[in-house]
Amino acid sequence: MTELFGIPIQAFLSQILLGLVNGSFYAMLSLGLAVIFGLLNIVNFAHGTFYMLGAFGAWMLLAYAGLNYWFALVLAPLLVGAFGVLIEKTMLRWLYKLDHLYGLLLTFGLALILEGLFRQQFGVSGQPYQVPEALKGATNLGFMFLPNYRAWVVIASLVVCLLTWYVIEKTKLGAYLRAGTENPQLTQAFGVNVPRMVTLTYAFGVALAGFAGGLAAPIIQINPLMGSNIIIIVFAVVVIGGMGSILGSILTGLSLGVIEGLTKVLYPEASSTVVFLIMALVLLVRPAGLFGKEK
Amino acid sequence: MPRSHRILYAALLILGLLAPLVAYPIFLMKALCFALFASAFNLLIGFTGLLSFGHAMFLGSAGYICGHAIKVLGWPTEFAILAGVAASALIGYVVGTLAIRRQGIYFAMITLAFSQMLYFIFLQMPFTGGEDGLQGIPRRHLFGFIDLDDDLTMYYVVFAITLAGFWMIYRTIHSPFGQVLKAIRENEARALSLGYDVDRYKLLAFVLSAALSGLAGATKALVFKFETLTDVHWHMSGEVVLMTLLGGMGTILGPTVGALIVVTLQNYLASLEGWVTVITGAIFVLCVLAFRRGVVGEIAARIKG
Repeated sequence: MTELFGIPIQAFLSQILLGLVNGSFYAMLSLGLAVIFGLLNIVNFAHGTFYMLGAFGAWMLLAYAGLNYWFALVLAPLLVGAFGVLIEKTMLRWLYKLDHLYGLLLTFGLALILEGLFRQQFGVSGQPYQVPEALKGATNLGFMFLPNYRAWVVIASLVVCLLTWYVIEKTKLGAYLRAGTENPQLTQAFGVNVPRMVTLTYAFGVALAGFAGGLAAPIIQINPLMGSNIIIIVFAVVVIGGMGSILGSILTGLSLGVIEGLTKVLYPEASSTVVFLIMALVLLVRPAGLFGKEK
Repeated sequence: MPRSHRILYAALLILGLLAPLVAYPIFLMKALCFALFASAFNLLIGFTGLLSFGHAMFLGSAGYICGHAIKVLGWPTEFAILAGVAASALIGYVVGTLAIRRQGIYFAMITLAFSQMLYFIFLQMPFTGGEDGLQGIPRRHLFGFIDLDDDLTMYYVVFAITLAGFWMIYRTIHSPFGQVLKAIRENEARALSLGYDVDRYKLLAFVLSAALSGLAGATKALVFKFETLTDVHWHMSGEVVLMTLLGGMGTILGPTVGALIVVTLQNYLASLEGWVTVITGAIFVLCVLAFRRGVVGEIAARIKG
């Protein structure tokens, strides 16, 4: 068997794949955060909570309504998005003229409420969710066994991320969005319904988190704390990448996932801190972030 | 200091001296530690305009270092507390240097991320006892002759420490240095264009706030005789934000009032366990939507208006 640093190549490959899976979640979440921050000027602390809601949504749709994975993967993000509309219309709306920090504090409060409610209802032990029949098993690539579901997660997330990039950068709708981010008053003066766009943007951002949660459901323990655990790492990812570029967010998310995975093989003790260490390094070398433009 | 303020502070001082007659010393000491912690935090958010979302790292680090110094290394109480404060100041210097390289809301995210990193480090380091925490921290004697094992004596020592912390914060805010901090809060670009080295001022305020939070943390570890991961968890960072927000950001007494309310609330709601998180979250949402000035800010506005 071939080895690298005394560790079998197999272990490396499987950790890289695991890292890519985690990186896909980082990418989707940081993408949503960036889009929301761009237009709403709000750092959505509840973003991890919406990810958790997506996973629980998928689980509940199966447990209570008997709807299978594929329905859940479409419905859960829609439900999460609808919930986002409600939050934006009733609460966030009042904060746009205030300092950034209030948006962060409000969404932090929301995250605590939802996390607390789910903890009361479901405990912290975690709910299991089956991998759908069509994606069970693994494919033999000759040099490694590729679990089908994990491959599907990476591909599906990449497609969704690239689609988002395409819509924002290359379509008319995206042009409105970019104009609104640049100068909301002027965009409104040109006849674009900016408040509605703001609502839909928030809904889309959190739906993206909900989709990530649905994708994650079969490979993680679905528990109420999963949201806050991931959001802090995603914040670090956002600091590293900068919120200026969509492709930058995707790339940063994926590569940090892989680096984290590799650290798990090479030096497991540091696997939980490596992302933060990289953040410190980036702050030293490129304070604006790898793809950021300092305002 | 205007006369009305002097009377108010004198009344509070007497209240603090008499408080053990009506309430449990442990509860009061907890409230005092959090009052100092929140006031130190307020020095940043209220008077410099920096939102740190990772202040738990200073509370907890000082608690661990102080506890380790006194329990394992056998240091005298006063040196153990100083060691805790020094550790927090040092962490504050390192984290502050990195965090002020980014502006605005990124600052909150960076401090949160670093505090999470410290959480993982403390979880893995052998001296902290991991999930079990550092248990059985002795209080020993202050300066070699004041026996701290008596809760009432301990209360007055904690009261004195808190007062010293408050005095430092008060002096900082009312010094020329404090005026520059306020200028940075109001308009950073302008302060910069007036020739102030904004980054240095921010860093100094950050280190000061970290050290004072460390003082609160080290004292708290001695009060409870244990130190656990709860103090470095991001929930704790959120709690201190809540205390300050609820009491009134940028007011001198606000954080103390907020700390008292939150600690009392936690005492009464302890039996509700999981619901405490929900209620905490709800208070956050309410404060942000309808009560941004906080209790003290609201009262001050009424008196003026």
